[in-house]
Amino acid sequence: MSFEKFFNTAVSSWMSQEGPDSDIVLSSRIRLARNIVDFRFPTLFSSEEARQIVSLFERAFAHRSYREAGRFELLKMSELQPIEKRVLVEKHLISPHLAEDSPFGACLLSENEEISIMINEEDHIRIQCLFPGLQLAEALEAASELDDWIEGHVNYAFDERLGYLTSCPTNVGTGLRASVMMHLPALVLTQQMNRIVPAINQLGLVVRGTYGEGSEALGNIFQISNQITLGKSEEDIVADLHTIVQQLIAQERAARQALVKTLGIQLEDKVFRSYGILANCRVIESKEAAQCLSDVRLGIDLGYIQNISRNILNELMILTQPGFLQQYAGGALRPEERDVRRAALIRERLKMEERRKMEGDER
Amino acid sequence: MVCQECKQRPATMHFTKIVNGEKTEFHLCEQCAKEHGHMFMLYGHDDFPLNNLLAGLLNFEAPVKEMTANAFPNPDLLQCQTCQMTYHQFTQIGRFGCADCYRTFARYLPPILKRLHSGNTAHSGKIPKRKGGVLHLRKQLAALKQKLQELIAREEFERAAEVRDQIRSLENELRQRGEGDM
Ligand SMILES: [Zn+2]
Ligand SMILES: [Zn+2]
Repeated sequence: MSFEKFFNTAVSSWMSQEGPDSDIVLSSRIRLARNIVDFRFPTLFSSEEARQIVSLFERAFAHRSYREAGRFELLKMSELQPIEKRVLVEKHLISPHLAEDSPFGACLLSENEEISIMINEEDHIRIQCLFPGLQLAEALEAASELDDWIEGHVNYAFDERLGYLTSCPTNVGTGLRASVMMHLPALVLTQQMNRIVPAINQLGLVVRGTYGEGSEALGNIFQISNQITLGKSEEDIVADLHTIVQQLIAQERAARQALVKTLGIQLEDKVFRSYGILANCRVIESKEAAQCLSDVRLGIDLGYIQNISRNILNELMILTQPGFLQQYAGGALRPEERDVRRAALIRERLKMEERRKMEGDER
Repeated sequence: MVCQECKQRPATMHFTKIVNGEKTEFHLCEQCAKEHGHMFMLYGHDDFPLNNLLAGLLNFEAPVKEMTANAFPNPDLLQCQTCQMTYHQFTQIGRFGCADCYRTFARYLPPILKRLHSGNTAHSGKIPKRKGGVLHLRKQLAALKQKLQELIAREEFERAAEVRDQIRSLENELRQRGEGDM
């Protein structure tokens, strides 16, 4: 497969499109957890119950179109190759739990990959909507309408007092997890995250580094999400998160301006050195790639680098992960081989930018 | 036994976590257990495979419970009739077996929910459309019954009669809609 073809089919819309505040907020996600009455939760259900739930969804929704999202395809975990599952996880379309620990798991995926409905994960149903930029309210609305559509076909487990009943008590009530992915390089460079994270935790929100283990944030990308699901309305949960995200955006922008003022040419040098590494490397580990991509993205946002599309960070952070590299290579790769492939893929992607730019100049 | 975390204070809290069937035991002092409790809440989060750590948090409620336990039967013996999960199992894995577990274990849930959800124990968000109509009627009915009591107490019998008629018609409507799906 040609690079461009591979690349274009690999990228979902939330990675390539821009949304509000997308210089800092990469994506917004809403997840609703639901269960169906008369079936035991996935913790205890029988394989027969699990199969019935999957076939219920297959009959009701597979191949059906849903608004702009396009047709739904049903993917059964038992029928996917390990690399295919890994790619779906890397694209944030399914959870690692569904890919690895849910033998009866399935996923209804919309054509544009903005909607994925996980089936038989920790709960029977997990509706997810993933939008580019800061669009929490929009994503909530979309998820809620989808929820109504599904409810037309199944009876949800719901309690007057406790709300939607979930397998884990951490999700009961609204079953809602709202989260945003933010690129915060200036707050990291100015060492403000250590102060900000505990403050955000105090407000009932959770901050995590994405793509990394533990607290280290690969590529300076953080995920911020609500923790409380009971006692607050969906709208309030989303509004509270939105407020905090806006404050973070303001702080990140201020930190960027401060960096430009105090570092000036040194910051520009850092950005272009990272660009040089990405454009010329022959072997690169994911950690170094992530750091360089973050620098280049910051350089684009600050106007140091022009003619490179902004979404290069979102795209390459995902496409240079092991699952994608192996899919591109067409088979399993040892870690050293991955580092070579990763370097090649990044160089190709940057060349694609050059070609696009030249074509643009000719016109 | 000495606390495994600080290796100073005596371990007074003992709990187990089960991750992918692997059982690990923890022996902590009260202080370290509290810190852990905080950790469980931070990471008791979706996408996070360590959600099972929540089990620790649940067990850690137990000693507090024991002091008031005399009033209630031993919670560990409670069992959900629908899925057979016992309360003890629930505290071990941190997940319910089915929707009915919520009712079966209801008495022991408020402190857990409060801790997880900043003191909240009641839902105030979306209501499924299908149930919305009936739920709404029920809430109205409860409010009217309350009003009826007040009117009777104040000896306003004429208005009480009106309210009683309203209650009857609501009850009829509820019966027609069929309570079966509740
Ligand atoms: Zn200790
Ligand atoms: Zn049960």
